[in-house]
Amino acid sequence: MAASLQIAGIRKVYGKGDKSVEVLKKIEIDVAPGEFLILVGPSGCGKSTLLNIIAGLEDPTEGELRIAGKNVIGVAPAQRDIAMVFQSYALYPTMSVADNIGFALEMRKVPLEVRNKRIHEVAAMLQIEHLLDRRPAQLSGGQRQRVAMGRALARDPQLFLFDEPLSNLDAKLRVEMRAEIKRLHQVSGITSVYVTHDQIEAMTLGSRIAVMKDGILQQIGTPDDIYRRPANTYVAGFIGSPTMNFITGSASGTGATGQFSFEGGALQLPCPAVGKVTLGQRPEHIHIEAQATWRGEVTLVEPTGADTYVVVKTGSGLITVRTPPSTTVKVGENIGLSVSSQHNNWFDAQTGLRLA
Amino acid sequence: MNAKTLSRFAVYAVLLIAAFFFLAPLYVMLATSFKDAEQIRSGNLLSLPTSLNFESWTLAWSTACTGIDCRGLKPYFWNSVMMAVPAVLISTGWGAINGYVLSMWKFKGSDLLFGFILFGVFMPFQVVLLPMSQVLGFLGLSSSIGGLVLVHCLAGMAGTTLFFRNYYTAIPRELVNAARMDGAGFWRIFYRIVIPMSTPILMVTLIWQFTNIWNDFLFGVAFSGADRKPITVGLNNMANTTSSVKSYNVDMAAAIIAGLPTMLVYVLAGQYFVKGLTAGAVKG
Repeated sequence: MAASLQIAGIRKVYGKGDKSVEVLKKIEIDVAPGEFLILVGPSGCGKSTLLNIIAGLEDPTEGELRIAGKNVIGVAPAQRDIAMVFQSYALYPTMSVADNIGFALEMRKVPLEVRNKRIHEVAAMLQIEHLLDRRPAQLSGGQRQRVAMGRALARDPQLFLFDEPLSNLDAKLRVEMRAEIKRLHQVSGITSVYVTHDQIEAMTLGSRIAVMKDGILQQIGTPDDIYRRPANTYVAGFIGSPTMNFITGSASGTGATGQFSFEGGALQLPCPAVGKVTLGQRPEHIHIEAQATWRGEVTLVEPTGADTYVVVKTGSGLITVRTPPSTTVKVGENIGLSVSSQHNNWFDAQTGLRLA
Repeated sequence: MNAKTLSRFAVYAVLLIAAFFFLAPLYVMLATSFKDAEQIRSGNLLSLPTSLNFESWTLAWSTACTGIDCRGLKPYFWNSVMMAVPAVLISTGWGAINGYVLSMWKFKGSDLLFGFILFGVFMPFQVVLLPMSQVLGFLGLSSSIGGLVLVHCLAGMAGTTLFFRNYYTAIPRELVNAARMDGAGFWRIFYRIVIPMSTPILMVTLIWQFTNIWNDFLFGVAFSGADRKPITVGLNNMANTTSSVKSYNVDMAAAIIAGLPTMLVYVLAGQYFVKGLTAGAVKG
């Protein structure tokens, strides 16, 4: 049974008077039943604090939190019917895997038979049946991660919380477990909130992404929204790898004849505003064009297999361009660059906010 | 012989000398306890006993006289057992609960409170003798085993709290948070999650407290009644009130009997002691 989650005007202030720090500033997020919401941002942005507040491990200074329509501020974590997967897994070291998975059920006085049945169901779902008698210390990192997931799944909660659950795994396992989490969410359909600083996890897992910085919600939207129409230069730079290129210059007209001129070049682009603006272009939307007037010198060629990234030094700084792996450009070469009139992200040069 | 084996040799030599130095008193005590009076008078302190004579042991245990009381050490030994066992268990349990609260359920002023408790570790116990005897009087516990148990619990609580608190600060907070979300309460988390992880520090505290309480002389001599004296006081009285000839063999046997339980505890649980001490020290 999927429940909705409303985060309404949550503020969190640590300390008092002059030394107080506001780590969350009036956060408003509505999570629909069954949604997979990602909280993403750099460390110290308040995302983990917000997760702890949802879990009930910390109390907000102000604001309301509603699960399935009921305000749960002041309700003990155990009574909120939430399961959480911790970054360190937090498996009980002295209990077997089976006892770890069954602990929450035992605390809820579920009869032994029902409990054992559920433990085996969950273990089968996660393919850890052969590990049920082991202690956490005897497991590998990936297996511990699965047990932590199993512990959360066992009691069919209203809400799943994930606190950077994959950050302790190696790259290959991380991709594997990412897919596993996505699969489990599709099967269970339980509303989930997932904290991460990894923007690829955010893009691949989330049905919606909330980008946070300095305790402020910067933007919330579908991965596609966030990627294609970032609300400000911060979000634009945070999501996407390699990061978006920013070129600051001045726009002369909004119509088809508009000219965007900047240090080292000018482009024939219609801009939504006139004056000082910043153009944001993802590496895949900049092309190498031999005859172009905007030129620069290649300083780095990075083949990744599927794509090759070429870093070009221009009058307006370094520009990263995604090229097919068959590219023949060499370091030191002088090349021309062009952009299409689509996929342009325009930001106010002062405020960094998106223009139209 | 190269430099490496030479230095090895030097190290072993120093260790051997140290071992002899520390074992010599034990050897003298054991050897003397098996000698008869004649041998003690004529022989060398370090010489081996000519025969194994257990008489002084039975004397020390059950018939040696302290003044006119000729019951040996036996009654004092059982007094000590009745005092030490509950005092050790209570002070250890108390310290575990204190440490659990002070590390995992911090409240406003809990660090300050811990600071005050730390004072107790460094406080010379002579300072509390008079007020403590008044308190025991108020409670009607003067000159009783119960009174001694209470005194040892209070005196040991600071130390045991310190041990457990430092050990528990090394346990990740996420573990407690996970248990809270799973639906376990304060006590459930304590005995299902925290206590099972505490074996090393439990051993350390048990040994530490047992040694301290069993070997205590000050509280024993100050607060115990005439027939409620612990073994340390009994031993002292026995060795100091011999009327005519000093029977060193009996005194030595009595001293070994008095020290035997602590030695036994070290032998049985000593391996945990070192482990637990380092675990607490490194991570605390």
